[in-house]
Amino acid sequence: MIGPLAWREARRAVGAAAWLPVVFFLLVATLIPFAVGPDVRLLARIGAGALWVAALTAALLPIERLMEPDRADGVLDQLALRGASGEEIAVAKILGHWLTFGPLLMLASLPGAALLGLDGDALGRALLTLAIGTPALAALAVAVASLTAGLRGGGALGGLLLLPFAVPLLIFGASAATVGGGQALKLEAATALFILVGAPFVAGAALRALRT
Amino acid sequence: MSPVLRFTDVACWRGGRLLFEGVSFALDEGEALWVRGPNGSGKSSLIRLAAGLLSPAAGSIASGEAALADESLALDREQSLERALRFWARLDDGTVWLEGALQAFELDHLAQVPVRMLSTGQARRARLARVVASGAPLWLLDEPVNGLDERSIGLLGSAIASHRAAGGAVLAASHVPLPGGEWRTLELHA
Repeated sequence: MIGPLAWREARRAVGAAAWLPVVFFLLVATLIPFAVGPDVRLLARIGAGALWVAALTAALLPIERLMEPDRADGVLDQLALRGASGEEIAVAKILGHWLTFGPLLMLASLPGAALLGLDGDALGRALLTLAIGTPALAALAVAVASLTAGLRGGGALGGLLLLPFAVPLLIFGASAATVGGGQALKLEAATALFILVGAPFVAGAALRALRT
Repeated sequence: MSPVLRFTDVACWRGGRLLFEGVSFALDEGEALWVRGPNGSGKSSLIRLAAGLLSPAAGSIASGEAALADESLALDREQSLERALRFWARLDDGTVWLEGALQAFELDHLAQVPVRMLSTGQARRARLARVVASGAPLWLLDEPVNGLDERSIGLLGSAIASHRAAGGAVLAASHVPLPGGEWRTLELHA
């Protein structure tokens, strides 16, 4: 059941607003030079961190459309009726969401890096950390979307819930993107793995609680 | 032969209130049960219990594969009706019945129309068509005739009759009489 569900998720994202987080990401990356000034060396130094902050804020946008529409429309009920566990639904959603979030974000890092004056090596390191970090961001978004589904103002609350959990990723991801960040890279990968494994269970429990 | 659905002394507790208790019945192949009662008596909750979406506060429920048509549409708005229904039919291994289900509710000419363009009545027929296309032996229908015109009620009646003739069972909650042959009734009190 995970295959068709993940495919549906990706298809819906492409049809809806998969480009929105990307635009948001680029917008934040554009704001940084305006805010700190056009000092190339300073920008190059903070560039990777700025990319990560942009990625984190972009991850907040899709929270609202990940679970709530399917809850309101009875899709989650129909899936449960067909024997899909909350965890299965969550895994499918994470997979489908990442497919339209991670690769697009990494693609947008190319112009983003140019805006921040990152050189080729720095861009390569940033892309590697994003490749490791974006699946965890997608998993966090799905877990938080499940927790806030059915609540009024769930989107805003979702942002408040997601950001603290994403802080370890941000710390290790951003420092792994700097020169000599090998150790941080391992820690980032460990954090991402932990989130990826844990998120489906959190989401699954939240989806079960939603039905009662 | 075991029944398609069996409730044994089922009680339902929702929102700090006991909706009903001691509900027992068995639904055999070809049978249909009409759950009736005033608003708030727990008709929809009973349907959701039968679907396994709620757990009973007491008692036990045994059921097999079931298909549910309730208030929600659960079809992707941006897709054509045929594709939106096919998504569920695939999960149910019911794609062979899809064509017949569309015809049974006279939706075949709307197959390529996006779901968001359907009228209220057409959408109501679409969710019934999903139940037909599931091929499940047990149909759970929550207020199935709401929003249907007379002709559509007739279509629902023939769909239910042929489902029962093929050995299927139907559990429906409704505050008005239902078409499709003889119904046993289960009265819930508020």
